[in-house]
Amino acid sequence: MEVLVSSAIGVLTAAGIYMILRLRTFPVVIGMSLLSYGVNVFLFATGRLVVNQPPILRDGVTSYTDPIPQALVLTAIVISFGMTAVVVMLALGAFIEAGNDRIDLDESEGDQ
Amino acid sequence: MMEHWIVAPVVLPAMLAPLIVLWMRYDLVTQRVASVLGMSALLILAIVLMVSASNGPPEVYRLGDWEPPYGIVLVLDRLSALMLVLNAILGLVVVLYAIGSGWDRRGWHFHSLMQFQMMGINGAFLTGDAFNLFVFFEVLLIASYGLMIHGGGKARLKSGVQYVVYNLAGSTLFLFALGTIYAVAGTLNMADLAQKVGQLPADDTALIAVGAALLMLVFAVKAALVPFQFWLPATYTNAPGPVAALFAIMTKVGVYAIVRVYTLIFPITGTTGTLAHDLLLPAALVTLVIGMVGILGARDLGRAVTYSVIGSVGTMMLAFAQFTQGATAAGLYYMVHSTLVAAALFLIADLVRERRGRWGLSLVDAPLMRNHGMLAAFFFIGALAMAGMPPLSGFLGKLMILDATRGQWGLWATVLITSLIAIVGFARVGSQVFWRPYGFADEESPDLPKDMLSPALAFSATGALIAGLVALTVLAGPVTGWMQSTAAQLFTPAIYIDAVMGGAEARAQEAARIGQQEHGHMEVIDEMRHENAGSDPAAHPQAETPQTGHDAPAAH
Repeated sequence: MEVLVSSAIGVLTAAGIYMILRLRTFPVVIGMSLLSYGVNVFLFATGRLVVNQPPILRDGVTSYTDPIPQALVLTAIVISFGMTAVVVMLALGAFIEAGNDRIDLDESEGDQ
Repeated sequence: MMEHWIVAPVVLPAMLAPLIVLWMRYDLVTQRVASVLGMSALLILAIVLMVSASNGPPEVYRLGDWEPPYGIVLVLDRLSALMLVLNAILGLVVVLYAIGSGWDRRGWHFHSLMQFQMMGINGAFLTGDAFNLFVFFEVLLIASYGLMIHGGGKARLKSGVQYVVYNLAGSTLFLFALGTIYAVAGTLNMADLAQKVGQLPADDTALIAVGAALLMLVFAVKAALVPFQFWLPATYTNAPGPVAALFAIMTKVGVYAIVRVYTLIFPITGTTGTLAHDLLLPAALVTLVIGMVGILGARDLGRAVTYSVIGSVGTMMLAFAQFTQGATAAGLYYMVHSTLVAAALFLIADLVRERRGRWGLSLVDAPLMRNHGMLAAFFFIGALAMAGMPPLSGFLGKLMILDATRGQWGLWATVLITSLIAIVGFARVGSQVFWRPYGFADEESPDLPKDMLSPALAFSATGALIAGLVALTVLAGPVTGWMQSTAAQLFTPAIYIDAVMGGAEARAQEAARIGQQEHGHMEVIDEMRHENAGSDPAAHPQAETPQTGHDAPAAH
């Protein structure tokens, strides 16, 4: 399972980084999403990988899942979801305003 | 009672912002009144907290009364109080300027976004929890995205997209860093982290060092340190003037986080050794050079100012990268100066842009503008202060930094030569924008924008920042003394750790003692007390939970 999870994180992150280096906004947005999926799985794994155990510690229970990463992941998912929505709106606005979806500024645009 | 006020700099704007959106949506006058009142209240609050913080140990506010390290804590120490005051001053000035210049009516929701921005920045300065720091970073970023594109326009939206994407990537990196640190230490409370990281065995530091270095990258993105400064020029040049002035504090959020984390959690004497120093010093030197040379290469006034901001970040990071008490005190003084002067220069640039009509800020020949002499004087003072020429606080700040880094001749040479470059750069920009127009004195000045409410208010707001610089220069003695005590507090992390963690242990012992006494004497009351145990934080089952995370391998 360790191999599966770690390779999933690696592939998601690598694909995400490749995509955010593209020149158009759409692949960049997809890349940001992939990157945030990657980091969410990574955060999940920081509490160690444990299968079929409750995330609660009670008296007498010796094996359990660390609940804190789950709370962290939840927060991170909500935030990255909101941020993706913002960047989509912004990219759409820029596309409508500028007439193209290039992410870089050309010479004339940089200096207003 | 005092401790509840610690959360007020976060709660007040958090309440005011939705009120402005929902209740005063279509009434700009009410919005303006509410916004100015809110900012003034924040300033008063910040000053009261600063007085309170300078007379004692750090104060801790436990959100929801959960004991650290399980709950989130806000910590008010001298450094965070200083940053709160600086932020409140800037917030008030920016709101006044935006009202005076009419910027707040060129788009929707300027005032509520400003309040959200204040909430995020104040929270980032106050929080004592690393994950909470991430959350507040996101709050301040999402507000800044809105402010950045305020007023719209092609160039602004396009650079807004860049800004958002860059910062989203930074946030993702922040999560990777936090995950790595949590995986090693099993906690994210800063005081607890400081203890846990200190106790790590010396041969088990590779992963935590990776976490520390990743965290440094994240804060370097926020602080616009080389090689992560690319987002700053386009963003600040294309942002509305008052927003760019407010963003002067946003780079300082990154600087603050570096100072906080690498004096408290990863001190230079600690497990990760001189990692922070080794990473920061070269980055700061290159940042300084690139920033100051950038002024020389700028094709307009706005660009020149943004590059000078990068240069000033480099200067202060040179001081902080020393990780000595004296250099940190000097760096803090320079940071206050640099925030005020950067904001003033952005406002001056905006005043010029409004008055130069179609010529904007570019370095081309243009006719005299309205209020030409006044603006030239403002720019002259601002440029002197930013370049570090006497008599203003920029000179004193650089002098203190040089004094604290005595013996590092390469560093001295870099600071002095880049100061010269900055002077040349500003002289070039200033003579083109402010002197050359006298050759075209017979041409008519461009008209002011029609939506300008009160140029006098805009000028007063800018003047207030310059007055702040003068005050910082005149009061340099007491201010430096205060900064030295602040640096002393930063370099004794035990004070911070005790304030956060010590209180919890004392309270737990106290509760246990009371519980035992009552158990012996009054059994009836004891039973009632047991039913109420849930409301007693020390008796809460969470407080007895053993450390998970790091110990969890036992569960495999």
